[in-house]
Amino acid sequence: MKIAITSTQNIPESTFDLRFGRASYFCIYNTENNSVEFIDNENINANSGAGIKAAEKVIELGVSRVISGDFGPKAKDLLDKFKIQMVMLDDDSQTISSIIKQLNK
Amino acid sequence: MPVKIAIASGKGGTGKTTVTVNLYHFMSKILNSKVQIADCDVEEPNASIFFEELESAKSKQVTQLIPFINTDTCTFCRKCVDYCEFNAIIVIPPAQFAEVSPSLCHSCGACLYACPEKAIIEQPNEIGQINTFNHGVDESFLIEGRLKIGSSMQTMVIKDLVKDDWINKEVILYDAPPGTSCSVVATITQANYIILVTEPTPFGLHDLKLMIDLVRKLNKPFGVIINKADEYSDTYTYLKEEGIEILAEIPFNIDYVKSYAQGSILKNIPSDIESVYTGITQKLKNKLIHHA
Repeated sequence: MKIAITSTQNIPESTFDLRFGRASYFCIYNTENNSVEFIDNENINANSGAGIKAAEKVIELGVSRVISGDFGPKAKDLLDKFKIQMVMLDDDSQTISSIIKQLNK
Repeated sequence: MPVKIAIASGKGGTGKTTVTVNLYHFMSKILNSKVQIADCDVEEPNASIFFEELESAKSKQVTQLIPFINTDTCTFCRKCVDYCEFNAIIVIPPAQFAEVSPSLCHSCGACLYACPEKAIIEQPNEIGQINTFNHGVDESFLIEGRLKIGSSMQTMVIKDLVKDDWINKEVILYDAPPGTSCSVVATITQANYIILVTEPTPFGLHDLKLMIDLVRKLNKPFGVIINKADEYSDTYTYLKEEGIEILAEIPFNIDYVKSYAQGSILKNIPSDIESVYTGITQKLKNKLIHHA
């Protein structure tokens, strides 16, 4: 299973990004082979529709769960449509690697 | 053609609707003119609450054309996505999914042009309503735009609202939304004259300056009403330096604020308020009505 985690930078030591549509990077963690990949958010500065575009991106990448601070209504609708689980986390002091560690507990 | 006067402010809560409602009352009475209010604050139209025994005359739907993608003929090439400035089109090729988000779409039509398969057609989608009210014998004395909850297409509703020329009216009062953005521009571009309502506070002055920049860019004649007037001198100094006309100063009065909150500003109008609006009406008559 692939899990997307919003990240402030593109290394595992980066801190978690509370924003979904305006996150700096999406970390794609694959639970099957333990691989981690960072994807640039090309819509970070979009005038409108950043959230729905982020949802489009993670759906296209075949993600089944997204971890972020919160999800806007348009992104939520689209993620719901594709039955993608949304997990909200409010602690932005956590790093991507510590979140992955907790996922594997 | 009626004379069109827009009442705008920049800052919210300075008294646009209060001034509009009073001007309707005094211009109708003193000038014996057919005056109409056009409530262009489509996100929260409220001029209607100041009139008792309103009678709803007409209600018209305002629609926006939204593209609809036929996924039977769509090849998921994403050309429409590239053309869309507003990120309103979602295409997910592996899922054979293509949809338009109506709340992001500005109906520009670029996607129809982009699609090589002609898989996109436009369909009307409701974004609001235009309601017309009668008040006794005063037919269609008030029209209001009312944006549908969830829609962000204020400008489209306002454009529809102000495009009517109302040849049976002599004066139209456009009650503008707050701010200085597109919805305000859509309201005031139709106007022959603009009344800027401000309050003598640092915030009021800041937003008044933005509004003055805008009306000057649009080359519109304008004057300022200082509502809730007190001795904050910066507003007066600025207006004097810029040579801007002060149409009136409306004194602050806590009882008047209470009657506003009860929706009853047209009942038992205090004499000082009455003389202020009589003065404004005369000034507007000299400026506008006899030229019309």
